[in-house]
Amino acid sequence: MDLSAINPVLLIAAMIGAATPILLAAIGELVVERAGVLNLGVEGMMIMGAICGFIIAVNTGSPTVGFLAAALGGALLSLLFAFLTQVALANQVASGLGLTLFGLGLSALMGQSYQEVRAPRPGGEPFAALEGIPVLGPILFSHHFMVYVGVAVVAGVWAVLKYTRVGLILRAVGENHDAAHALGYKVKRVRTLAILFGGACAGLGGAYISLIRVPQWTEGMTAGVGWIALALVVFASWKPWRALAGAYLFGGLTQLQFNLQGAGVAIPVEYLAMSPYLATIIALVLLSSDKSRAPGSLGRTFHASG
Amino acid sequence: MSDSVANRPSPNGGKAAYRAKGGSLSGKVKGLGLRLEKRPEPSAAMAYLTPLLAVALTMIFGGALFAILGKDPIDAILTIFWEPLFGEFAFFYRPQLLIKGAPLVLIALGLSLGFRAGIWNIGAEGQYIIGAICGAGAALALYPLESPFIFPLMIACGALGGFAWAMIPALLRVRFGTNEILVSLMLVYVAEQLLASMALGLLRNPDGFGFPGSRNLQQYPSAHNADIIANTGMHWGVVTALIAVIFAYTLLERHRMGFAIKVTGSAPRAAKFGGVSAGRVVVFCLGLSGALAGLAGMFEVAGPSGQITIDFNVGYGFTAIIVAFLGRLNPLGILAAGLLLALTYIGGDIAQSQLQLPSSAIQVFQGMLLFFLLALDVLTNYRMRFGAGEVR
Repeated sequence: MDLSAINPVLLIAAMIGAATPILLAAIGELVVERAGVLNLGVEGMMIMGAICGFIIAVNTGSPTVGFLAAALGGALLSLLFAFLTQVALANQVASGLGLTLFGLGLSALMGQSYQEVRAPRPGGEPFAALEGIPVLGPILFSHHFMVYVGVAVVAGVWAVLKYTRVGLILRAVGENHDAAHALGYKVKRVRTLAILFGGACAGLGGAYISLIRVPQWTEGMTAGVGWIALALVVFASWKPWRALAGAYLFGGLTQLQFNLQGAGVAIPVEYLAMSPYLATIIALVLLSSDKSRAPGSLGRTFHASG
Repeated sequence: MSDSVANRPSPNGGKAAYRAKGGSLSGKVKGLGLRLEKRPEPSAAMAYLTPLLAVALTMIFGGALFAILGKDPIDAILTIFWEPLFGEFAFFYRPQLLIKGAPLVLIALGLSLGFRAGIWNIGAEGQYIIGAICGAGAALALYPLESPFIFPLMIACGALGGFAWAMIPALLRVRFGTNEILVSLMLVYVAEQLLASMALGLLRNPDGFGFPGSRNLQQYPSAHNADIIANTGMHWGVVTALIAVIFAYTLLERHRMGFAIKVTGSAPRAAKFGGVSAGRVVVFCLGLSGALAGLAGMFEVAGPSGQITIDFNVGYGFTAIIVAFLGRLNPLGILAAGLLLALTYIGGDIAQSQLQLPSSAIQVFQGMLLFFLLALDVLTNYRMRFGAGEVR
């Protein structure tokens, strides 16, 4: 075992990278849940984003176009969920599960001929010039621009939810859809848009895995990140900045576990690989006593009756 | 999100509706004048009709998918649904129907009880793995002892393993209010890692020249879950599945617990005032579904699969969710749905070898089935109404 091989600065920098897919997916789902909808299809939307982004990036040679395609792919899949839950009034838990099963299958089908292909070089590090600063340089400025996009989305969601009319309406719809409807707000339309936003964010998170972190396509490569993101929303008590902190915590743990594997710690690889999932369970247990923060209408189907 | 969403005035929304105090709120008038009206009682006819409609629609859209993949759609559908039952090699495929159907039915039966009560065990895949590890572990610990008690012991260990794995989300939910969906799912990933660790370490075949995977239980007569009648696929797992169908049916129709489950799902508050202990229902539903999934895993590892390997689990725990819904959470329906999904697995394998249809196409096909089912369910609980809503 050689722990000195782990450079703390590089480790922290890598942790921030590892947190980004979880963060993007979680902040999208946070908006969906604040609108009162529980979409368990995050894993499916992420993997769709991963494959859509990968295919387009390989064919155009541009990761940026790939990311756009990933957002679109995730949003398109989430549209299915929106149709099922908002138009056909289907059970949200079942529809979300269906979305995940379907997304995993469809992505495997689409990705068949992309198994051995490498993603184009990502590029796009906006602050590369500042990377030379000791310690802070690698930690803060060495990242791909999607890392900064992730943080910007969190800030944006926080500001919109807290300070704008749109945010207020979204929260009203999530807290009490009957009251929101009585006030004349279009509950289903608000929710559909929130679901689309969640899908796009999950798609971006998936593409970050397939284009930057790995960067290759393998079936089922999101390996539960979407589910961890779902847990993270509960962990964050539906608050954007806490989701950011939580994502760094989970991303950090995933990365640390990889580094420990590399350093040859005496714990078998399989048990190290379990740790992010076990940590998620422990975090859920610790924080689930406080349910008061959950949006009032979360998971309930809305139907305007006479 | 668009700023205009809620600000735009609309005929039956916006400030006008607010002033009218609900005057124009009755009925959702859509562009086409189509609206949904909740039925006082779910339609019994539709409850039977929607699964059939969903299967038909899946065949049509699945056929379209196969056409996009460059296969003849009719040929592909016939290969999947006709070939295994009545084709040239049906004598070989029919037993497979029981072998693949039994774990699906066993797992789905357990899941359906929880789903009825609003308890979502989606980690059956993990419970299935742990059941297999425990069942196989019991046999391998006693190898090469031959005794008629080994197989019953394996059954007990398999069921207990799955039960214990499901108790984690159950007790966490009862004690701390932790979401059982997320916990049970996280435990699938933990179980998969544990499976890999077992196949590579503790349970690895000492005579296996270092290859991963345990001893083959098919070559250990006391532990082998062999066909009861040779070459029929009728092994003890199939028998257990059939018994479980009867058990679940009786439980739901005749037993107090079945009633408690149904009330908890449809009217949680009424259940509470009626003296139903919510915690007991959670523990019962998760425990039973875990034990059944564990049994399914144990019968699989002792019979058709034979050994603990890294890729032992093939997703029965997730497909069983589709089976449970396709069977409308009804034991007899689940029996039929389990056989149908088993058919898609077998047909999918045939289509893969004969038509080079990718295996993931079948996964998409199964996913589609669940979507159509959920979408069509609206017809069971709601009535379509055309024309403008009445003004009150």
